[in-house]
Amino acid sequence: MSGFFSPRAWNKIWIYRGTFLLGLGNTLKTAVFALLIALILGILFGLMATSNKKILKSISRVYVEVIQNTPVLLQMCFLYYALAFSGHSPGIIVTGCLALGIYTGAYMAEVIRAGIESVPKGQFEAAQSQGFGYAGQMFYIVIPQSIKVILPPMTNVIVNMIKNTSCLYIVGGADLLSLTYSFVTGENTGGSYAPAYIVCGVIFFIICFPLSSFASMWETSLKKREQKVFQNSTAKEA
Amino acid sequence: MSTLDGSLSMLKNPAIIKFILQGVLFTLIISAAAVLFSIAIGTVLALMRNYSTSKKTGILKAISVTYIEVFRNTPLLFWIFICVVFCPTPGFVDRPMFGLSSVNNKLLFKATVALILYTSGVIAEIVRGGLNSVAHGQIEAGRSQGFSMLQIMWYIVLPQTFKAIVPTLLSQVITTIKDSSFLANVAVIELMARTKQILSAANRYNGLNSINVSDVFVLFGVAAAIYFVINFSISMIVRTIQKRKLTVKVKKSPFPEEKKQTGWAYNG
Repeated sequence: MSGFFSPRAWNKIWIYRGTFLLGLGNTLKTAVFALLIALILGILFGLMATSNKKILKSISRVYVEVIQNTPVLLQMCFLYYALAFSGHSPGIIVTGCLALGIYTGAYMAEVIRAGIESVPKGQFEAAQSQGFGYAGQMFYIVIPQSIKVILPPMTNVIVNMIKNTSCLYIVGGADLLSLTYSFVTGENTGGSYAPAYIVCGVIFFIICFPLSSFASMWETSLKKREQKVFQNSTAKEA
Repeated sequence: MSTLDGSLSMLKNPAIIKFILQGVLFTLIISAAAVLFSIAIGTVLALMRNYSTSKKTGILKAISVTYIEVFRNTPLLFWIFICVVFCPTPGFVDRPMFGLSSVNNKLLFKATVALILYTSGVIAEIVRGGLNSVAHGQIEAGRSQGFSMLQIMWYIVLPQTFKAIVPTLLSQVITTIKDSSFLANVAVIELMARTKQILSAANRYNGLNSINVSDVFVLFGVAAAIYFVINFSISMIVRTIQKRKLTVKVKKSPFPEEKKQTGWAYNG
């Protein structure tokens, strides 16, 4: 932990603050675009998983299982090298957005599937009998009820995605963590390990902590409400 | 198709196969060590967070909450980088073992420590979920029978806790196996790192003097298949356990449609 209190090391961080801001910008950019891709894929495959067509269900199942059971790092490497060696490298950040989006999409799909399935089957039938189409059912009946079940786990997925932007390091890295690493190991800037990592860690913490505590608070309150319903229904039975 | 043939010929090379299989073995050993140590640390953290209610033990709770929140909200790679620089290594790893040089062994040790630190934060939260599922009355009942707090935990609460969290813990094993690929970033010798190494030397083995797209597909395809087989078999076990639990629960619960908990306990 040498240099932890050294004003020289902290001063160096301040001089090179642009590096950290650039990294933060890249991380956020990657996260936002990856989130967009993940949401699109998640909604698409989540709806497919809850549809009645067997073929759609199995396509969604295969996507989710293959992506969830292999490391994101491997997917990112695969995408990057496959594109690079076939001669159309789209750049690190684009690759990162695509790979993270596809990876996170699988988790989104599971979250959305679980949310839709939390709505009792009878309601779909009731809606159908009232003349609602598929879109109407989803929009007026399913989404309003399932959104409160979907949001907390979805927030957890997003937090993990933000943490996973650090995977960009393996394909050349432009994100916050990679730039921090090249800062501390760089020839002109190197040495101030402790302060640089503290800055980087604090930034990640500031972004992720509010999200994850929001998610867990919401989850606890949901569980409490569920317990109340449970108690009421058992009280009625008794 | 000659480039594809060249790539496939690499898989017939016994040296490469051996190299990959050793990588698989390291991945499994690292993950197993990480999960086992994390369960121990995570249980202690969870107990500290849940049952430190008095003023005297408040500091324990603060420590545990800080640890869990810090490690859950920062990337694993961050801790790997930190441990590679700051983690002290005991003497016994500082020599050639397992066919690795002493430098590689030190790196392996440091990176595994990072994985343990990170995973124990996650497992602490899983254990805490299990602790909360044990009815409070049981602790009081234990007290009335003259058990000490330690005995209550050991004989009454923890056995039920672990029984309840087996599926979630197994899902965490899957996540840890996937997370162990992060160690490739600091060139620790596991499956992911070895795959990358072979790729960067593919021109010497595929007999074409160049690295082609087909090499990428074949090598990463093999690695992905290995990860998939390991993780998918674990997730099948998880599903079987959950199904069995559900059939027991269905009679009691007014929520028979309660599904697999991936969404709730997600931590990958």
